[in-house]
Amino acid sequence: MTPLLEIDALTIGFGNADPVVRDVSFSLQAGETLALVGESGSGKTLTCRSILRILPEAAQIRSGQIIYDDAKGAIDLLGMPEPALRKIRGNRISMIFQEPMRSLSPLHRLGDQVAEVLRIHRSMGRSEAKRMVLQEFEHVGFSDAERVWRSYPFELSGGMRQRAMIAMAMVAKPDLLIADEPTTALDVTTQAQVLALINKLQSETGMGVLLVTHDLGVVANMAQQVVVMNKGRIMESGQAADVLGDPRHGYTRKLFAAATSIPKVATPARAPAHENLIMELRNVSKTFTLRTTGWRELTTVFACKDVNLQVERGKTLALVGESGSGKTTCARLALGAETPDNGGEVLFYPEPNAPPLPVHNLTGRQRTSFQRQAQMVFQDPYSSLSPRMRIGDTLTEPLDIHNIGTRAERRDKAAEMLELVGLSPDMLTRYPHAFSGGQRQRLSIARALTLNPKLLICDEPTSALDVSVQHQILTLLEEIRSRAGLSYLFISHDLAVVARIADEVAVMRQGVIVEQAPPSTLFYNPRHPYTKALIAAQPEPDISRPINLDQVAQGAGAPSSWPEMFRFEGTSVPALHEIEPGHKVRCHV
Amino acid sequence: MSIQPSNRFVDPTPWVDDADISSPERADMDAPAWRLMWHKFRRHKLALISGIFLLCCYLILPIAGFIAPYTPNERSADYLYAPPQSINLWHEGEFIGPYVYPITAKADLENFRWTYTTDETRPLPLKFFCKGGTYNLFGLFPSDTHLVCAPEGASVFLWGSDRLGRDMFSRILYGAQLSLTVGLIGISVSFVLGITFGAIAGYLGGTPDWIINRMIEILRSIPELPLWLALSAAVPSNWGPVAVFFIISVILGILDWPGLARSVRAKFLSLREEEYVRAAEMMGAKPSRVIRRHMLPNFMSHLIASATLSIPAMILGETALSYLGLGLRAPAVSWGVMLNDAQNLASIEIYWWTSIPMLPIIVVVLAFNFLGDGLRASLDPYKS
Repeated sequence: MTPLLEIDALTIGFGNADPVVRDVSFSLQAGETLALVGESGSGKTLTCRSILRILPEAAQIRSGQIIYDDAKGAIDLLGMPEPALRKIRGNRISMIFQEPMRSLSPLHRLGDQVAEVLRIHRSMGRSEAKRMVLQEFEHVGFSDAERVWRSYPFELSGGMRQRAMIAMAMVAKPDLLIADEPTTALDVTTQAQVLALINKLQSETGMGVLLVTHDLGVVANMAQQVVVMNKGRIMESGQAADVLGDPRHGYTRKLFAAATSIPKVATPARAPAHENLIMELRNVSKTFTLRTTGWRELTTVFACKDVNLQVERGKTLALVGESGSGKTTCARLALGAETPDNGGEVLFYPEPNAPPLPVHNLTGRQRTSFQRQAQMVFQDPYSSLSPRMRIGDTLTEPLDIHNIGTRAERRDKAAEMLELVGLSPDMLTRYPHAFSGGQRQRLSIARALTLNPKLLICDEPTSALDVSVQHQILTLLEEIRSRAGLSYLFISHDLAVVARIADEVAVMRQGVIVEQAPPSTLFYNPRHPYTKALIAAQPEPDISRPINLDQVAQGAGAPSSWPEMFRFEGTSVPALHEIEPGHKVRCHV
Repeated sequence: MSIQPSNRFVDPTPWVDDADISSPERADMDAPAWRLMWHKFRRHKLALISGIFLLCCYLILPIAGFIAPYTPNERSADYLYAPPQSINLWHEGEFIGPYVYPITAKADLENFRWTYTTDETRPLPLKFFCKGGTYNLFGLFPSDTHLVCAPEGASVFLWGSDRLGRDMFSRILYGAQLSLTVGLIGISVSFVLGITFGAIAGYLGGTPDWIINRMIEILRSIPELPLWLALSAAVPSNWGPVAVFFIISVILGILDWPGLARSVRAKFLSLREEEYVRAAEMMGAKPSRVIRRHMLPNFMSHLIASATLSIPAMILGETALSYLGLGLRAPAVSWGVMLNDAQNLASIEIYWWTSIPMLPIIVVVLAFNFLGDGLRASLDPYKS
């Protein structure tokens, strides 16, 4: 049987430089999913974009062949003239992009955008196209297709937008779907649902799917064939069961070692002692007022409500939740960058048994000393270092602000910090843009450590990084925690990341903590449907353990759809109960 | 290729995990931002040429008196409305160096115009490094040496002379001194005001932001030309040319800042969201330090580009005012003042060279626009 898509010895380069994709060959059968796995810079996106010839302008295809062969006959995609190729794009081959917000036009209603595909390729009339699109919307799981037809992309959540994007790709019934990291920008629970949707559509239509991803867990849930790429070359390829079951290449093994997963736990942990605290959040709430238009009344939304958290000295407290769950607001409250609503307070204990400092009610000197002792590591390594400053200046900046030491001492300290995070002191005179995301995240950690803080607040420090780099950064954070005697407040959307590093985990949903326990207890005996959904939605790099979709669907919905015992009614939520020592769940008892 | 049963492929080349975590990934980015910008700017040929041209223009300003054969208000009663003369090198097949032919004026009383006849038998070589009218070199040192002077008994009017017999070319050079600097002074005033108000609005937000925004809106809603007219009409007529010049450029600056303030404010709002700014704030840096060390360096280049694009507006503004007779006044010389003399349509028809000052205005304004465009395109050196 001839394959649906055959790529043969594809080589792509920029300018005079060495090729960035070298000699890549693979083939995809109809009805099959092939996963292209690799880290950023591995050439996987270039490879899949070359199929539709939507490469960046400077890229040149140096050699190779891409043959596409569906029921309508074989064609050479690379040799084809542009007008003929336009008839293929979106019609016989369609594509889903990573960022659903940027790949839909904010000025057009979703219905019109999706219908455009049909009007171009099928020359359909308005009403017929609308009928088809509404059908497709229902197909991808929108309950009210008519409303989605009328809405603009920004009115929908990320997952919904990605569904609309899939509807757009599927409406012309293509034979090949290219999905470029379709779920990377989504929360885990949404990711599980979107992946399931792609699987369902594939089994119904029998199309081929080329899935580009960096996540072996996603591969295990989706693909029959796997191609592992690194630095533009194929490292290993074969049946998913073979490659995932028995990785033979060193690079594949490295990816496996770095892949995070939720450990299987045999016994729950002991209840954590809260004796020697470093930071405490007491009844902290934060509401924001929204001004919609000048005439309407102000509406208030709460970012977080009644948050009580204790960070133990030398330990790590993790705050887990999806985007918009209020976890970053908590971090900003803890650092004093936001003021909590009346009644809440944040206490910082500089020394064991010393009187606490109220973070939002400090005198000038106390504030300076607090700022030295509590530091933050940011999410995006690309924006957290000023592009105009040399690395040395960036690292000495905190010392300069607090007027510590002479110039020479500051430089020595900066060099020392670079070594602490595993980098060479030669970097002092360089500029941050010369470095990769992982290196910059190390720099950003080094900067946070120059003042010898006691508490480090990490706001998703690994979510913008590749898996193997993520693994290195977590190891680094673990190392320096014990070496420098740090305590962490660790914020993440990923339970698996947290499983490694945390001593206690608080799961947040819609601004409230729904469950709180040490990780082992949480994974051994998750009680709240949302926690269960988070655990179930985590894709495991193991073909024999697919995502349990029912579990995900049950917990990931709106809080009003949770079982009676956990349900929120309007803004009133049940209280947090300690159901066993150290394990709190928000439920009606 | 080691294709194994069931389509399995494993790359046979030995693989070692030897990533050096200290080596730069993009060594080409390891340079100060200005250098990266320069690399990018260099590729915009038109902008580069414009930049070099403007640089030369500004470098000539302090020595304009040396280059100009005449001083700006030197009248030659024998040569009213003399047409442009050419400088030649060869006479009757013989090389004799740069020379001019003498011209003589004759009043055409039938058509009431001056006509000139050229005596092509007598080539008079130009004099170099010769004595002429006194001027101030760099505006400070009196000197009377000129690069070129007219030979005895002839004149050298490259671009003709005006109704008082003054050399257009020399006057354009002197005019550049005012016309080109008016933009610089104006933009400095507008820069200071724009950055101050824009920064206050963008950084503090809230009420100050509201007040400044309303101020900008009010200023922008006033029709520009009448406002200029009103303001410059308020300049006392007994003030000296320098004072008037200064006031005019300040007026131009005062009317220009709202646009700049808006872009500063917008840039501030977006930079405040950058994590390095947040990081500095959380480390305890004071607002003034955050603005100075982190925000200003990161948007200064944007400001310089937008300033470059608004200098032409100032040059045109000065020209418009002076043309209408409300800006600079004689004896000061600027391109606008020169054009003021060319207001009479009839005289342009006969003595077309009186409108030559339009030429440098067009060229300079275009050059500034090309330069500004090139700067704007190379602002973000990190995007490739």
